[in-house]
Amino acid sequence: MFEVRIHGRGGQGVVTAAEMLSIAAFEEGHHAQAFPSFGSERTGAPVVAFCRIADEEIRLREPIMNPDALIIQDPTLLRQVDVFSGLKKDGFILINTKNTFEELGLEEYARDWPADRLCTLAAIDLGLKHVDRPVPNVPLLAGFAALSGKLKLESVCKAINAKFSGKVAQGNVAAATEAFNLVLARAKDRNKEAANA
Amino acid sequence: MLKQIEGSHAVAEAVALCRPEVICAYPISPQTHIVEGVGEMVKAGELQNCEFINVESEFAAMSVAIGSSAAGARTYTATASQGLLFMVEAVYNASGLGLPIVMTVANRAIGAPINIWNDHSDSISQRDSGWMQLFAETNQEALDLHIQAFKLAEELSLPVMVCMDGFILTHAYERVDMPTQEQVDAFLPPYEPRQVLDPADPVSIGAMVGPEAFTEVRYLEHEKQMRALELIPQIAEEFKASFGRDSGGLVRGYRLEDAETVIVAMGSVLGTIKDTIDEMRTAGVKIGALGIVSFRPFPLAAVRAALQGAKRVVVVEKTFAVGIGGILATDVRTAMDGVSINDYTVVAGLGGRPITKKSLAALFEKAVRDDLPSLTFLDLDWDIVNKQLEREKKKRRSGPVAENILRDVGSSHVAQHS
Repeated sequence: MFEVRIHGRGGQGVVTAAEMLSIAAFEEGHHAQAFPSFGSERTGAPVVAFCRIADEEIRLREPIMNPDALIIQDPTLLRQVDVFSGLKKDGFILINTKNTFEELGLEEYARDWPADRLCTLAAIDLGLKHVDRPVPNVPLLAGFAALSGKLKLESVCKAINAKFSGKVAQGNVAAATEAFNLVLARAKDRNKEAANA
Repeated sequence: MLKQIEGSHAVAEAVALCRPEVICAYPISPQTHIVEGVGEMVKAGELQNCEFINVESEFAAMSVAIGSSAAGARTYTATASQGLLFMVEAVYNASGLGLPIVMTVANRAIGAPINIWNDHSDSISQRDSGWMQLFAETNQEALDLHIQAFKLAEELSLPVMVCMDGFILTHAYERVDMPTQEQVDAFLPPYEPRQVLDPADPVSIGAMVGPEAFTEVRYLEHEKQMRALELIPQIAEEFKASFGRDSGGLVRGYRLEDAETVIVAMGSVLGTIKDTIDEMRTAGVKIGALGIVSFRPFPLAAVRAALQGAKRVVVVEKTFAVGIGGILATDVRTAMDGVSINDYTVVAGLGGRPITKKSLAALFEKAVRDDLPSLTFLDLDWDIVNKQLEREKKKRRSGPVAENILRDVGSSHVAQHS
């Protein structure tokens, strides 16, 4: 079982992101279970959503306490919520930010975690560019697919089309495609650097 | 057809496949998405010959349901928590009049303190209302139970609540197999009322009944539920033959073969319980589970048969009767009358507190050693409780309990308001 926890704020599409992740996993033949943290959904308040992916039926109904991956949709949460709580060693961490892990004060992860498990993405910019809204969820989801290698871009796009239609769907597909390729290209660069080092 | 959708939406689609003719409901979390879903289908014309009636309260919702059902329309509504309490007078009338309404209860706690999260206090409070109550373990079962519920209700002319855990199921996206309209039509015939308000053949419904016949009318209600004990498994069998799935029935056992310890529960927590049992079985512990699908009527014989060989039973329930303890546990004890078995009641998951595999494993290990008190509140924080008890001892005007405790635990939303 692979467990993903998504942190963000009310209005950033945190719950929708978990739902889309489950749809993308379903499209690839997996069992998936997405659910929100059931808080009061106020704009700006910290929100958590979860997604489990497995190859057999998922019966477990507890919140995800030891995630294999974290998607952090708002870097200001780092000072407010213990987003890393229970994260498995060498788990994936994807943060919506223009900064690096070091600049965010996360030197220990930059030092101790394998580089291919960490990623930052300026997802708000991609949201503004393609959908004209500062919503980071879809670019991050595509970025997560590229970072983890768990899902194809095609499946993410299917999930987008299941949730949105018309122009919004088109814009989100474009945002997802750019985010996916950006993260893949960065991984390639890193591999090159590693090979040359 | 396999789909990855929200539990609420799956139920809305299943209800639509049952071709209801009147839907009336008032929105309340966590039921809202279900009613929005059917409302959208009516508006879009996908659900034909169906009137969606906006009402001003839950009391009105059930009152409209009574009227439309008495007029011969297949009728559906949904509610939760305070909404269910607000309609209670009409809830009793629906069953007393023998009207086959189907209602989803998206299970949620009852206040005060106000709490929007899941437990079973709402539907269990209507335990004695005369409605049948079926509890779903998964979204697939929630969907399936609605299709079965219309058949059950209409065959007996008695209303059915389909209970599904609020948020945990209603708001979860998971895989469901959605039947086709043809399949549902073949399984569920059009509604043929046993009593109906028909201008061509006028009757009145709702007479006042005095001491000369009230007991008999009420007994016949009980007799119908006793018949349901036979009908529910039959319908589940027919359902399996038509749809190829085990769903519904009275009870469902899990790894009960040679089990010395049996965990009894209702609803979605059974999933976490099964995962916990698998791990304990691997370690050699003889443990199994019994899921209660039909809480009303309560299947005394089926429970007794399933627990017959066990040494102990642990009833995990998401509500309790203040002043005595377990509710489901009391029913289980009635089923085991005269049988020597150690029984334990565990109150868990109140007001949305997560029931974790870790806590369940520790609990079951204690139970296996017969090292449990007869009543346990799972994961109860004694520090918080004792602090408040101390405060009350020290000072007569010690303030409201909920607010005091929230301040103790540093909950942010109280800090803002105090």
